[in-house]
Amino acid sequence: MRYDHLISAKQLSREDIESVLDRAAEVAADPGAFADTHAGTLLGLLFFEPSTRTRMSFDAAMKRLGGDTIDMGSVDSSSVKKGESLADTVRVIEGYADALVLRHPSEGAAKLASEFVDVPVVNAGDGAGQHPTQTLLDLYTIRENAGLDGLRIGIVGDLKYGRTVHSLAHALTNFDAEQHFISPESLRLPRGIRYDLQSSGTTVREHTEIEDALEDLDVLYVTRIQRERFPDENEYRQVAGEYRIDSALLESAAPELTVMHPLPRVDEIAPEIDETARAAYFEQAHNGIPVRMALLDEIL
Amino acid sequence: MTDTELRVSKIENGTVIDHVPGGEALTVLAILGIDGSGGEVVSIGMNVPSDRLGKKDIVKIEGRELSQAEVDVLSLIAPEATINIVRAFEVIEKHHVTRPETVRGVLSCPNANCITTENEPVESRFDVLDAGVRCVYCETIIDGSIASHIHST
Ligand SMILES: [Zn+2]
Repeated sequence: MRYDHLISAKQLSREDIESVLDRAAEVAADPGAFADTHAGTLLGLLFFEPSTRTRMSFDAAMKRLGGDTIDMGSVDSSSVKKGESLADTVRVIEGYADALVLRHPSEGAAKLASEFVDVPVVNAGDGAGQHPTQTLLDLYTIRENAGLDGLRIGIVGDLKYGRTVHSLAHALTNFDAEQHFISPESLRLPRGIRYDLQSSGTTVREHTEIEDALEDLDVLYVTRIQRERFPDENEYRQVAGEYRIDSALLESAAPELTVMHPLPRVDEIAPEIDETARAAYFEQAHNGIPVRMALLDEIL
Repeated sequence: MTDTELRVSKIENGTVIDHVPGGEALTVLAILGIDGSGGEVVSIGMNVPSDRLGKKDIVKIEGRELSQAEVDVLSLIAPEATINIVRAFEVIEKHHVTRPETVRGVLSCPNANCITTENEPVESRFDVLDAGVRCVYCETIIDGSIASHIHST
């Protein structure tokens, strides 16, 4: 792999992505073959923001490769609460681990951390910035269900603060993918992401109603409108519950439409969809393990 | 001595920044971090008639020779600016500002949730785009006027 740190999906080439996805497919096919490939490796988990699945997924992935993890624990119980800078925290913890996985509420945190340490830093979410490992498992799931070239994808929900959206949109510019962005006016893609997509020659197709794009889509990628990202509670209330995917809505969709969601969901997808062949979100979550194993295998 | 030159006194040693767009002289000083507290003698001509710009500002800083790296940041607000280095009342060097690839420390990121706005031991850093600049940490783009984003020292 050409990078030491994984900070943004923008740094990933098609070759980088395919290399991780191919490796992930090998892992999924025969996890036992990778069981002891990284014995003795220690991965540092630094989660400055609550997370269950991403933290557990990295923990499981490292252990399934034969390595182990050390966890900073919650921010409340760490020295961060005493006002230590992120730069100092990572400089100390790099001495304990072979790579660091960082989640942080501020945009740019992983980039900053990578400037202070020599071990690889993996961005596991920086505020409303990027979440590139989520994107790798999203791409893996898309490749399995619909294929990445000739793809027509609709990305729905909070496109402004949604870091999984930002990373996915960047990564898809490497493929022949038609991207539709569906959001309330106030939650449109940030200017920076729009700028990158346009610079890469991607047409940014924006809609406010799902119905306007639904008919031709192969994948509908649904995101939660996250209360915690809104500076203003009123702004959140105006857009909460704006989109709900249910059977009635999907009647006009192509029969093979795949519905994805990075989870956790609140009420964006009706439970009645769960049992249909369209639902790929639990499979998507499970793909986190082989994909993160493949990624760790490449960077460690 | 021409009429224009008479409006601002000649300096013995230092830097003259000419062809600044009319009204931007104070922004130039803010970008350079010059607020008078360093004791430099600074003279400013504002809205001086100019053939090239219609109206221009001139900034003269006594006793300080600005480096190319320092003045290139000025290209963001004064792309036509010329820099004259003066020694013993003679202009010994004259050059144009050129657009830098990155700008360090001069601007503050307007994104309140950017890691650089927290108590971290880093300078702000912006990539210069064709139009505007972009925070290398959070990727926020500043376009239009950068004057309101100048880091207060
Ligand atoms: Zn920033």
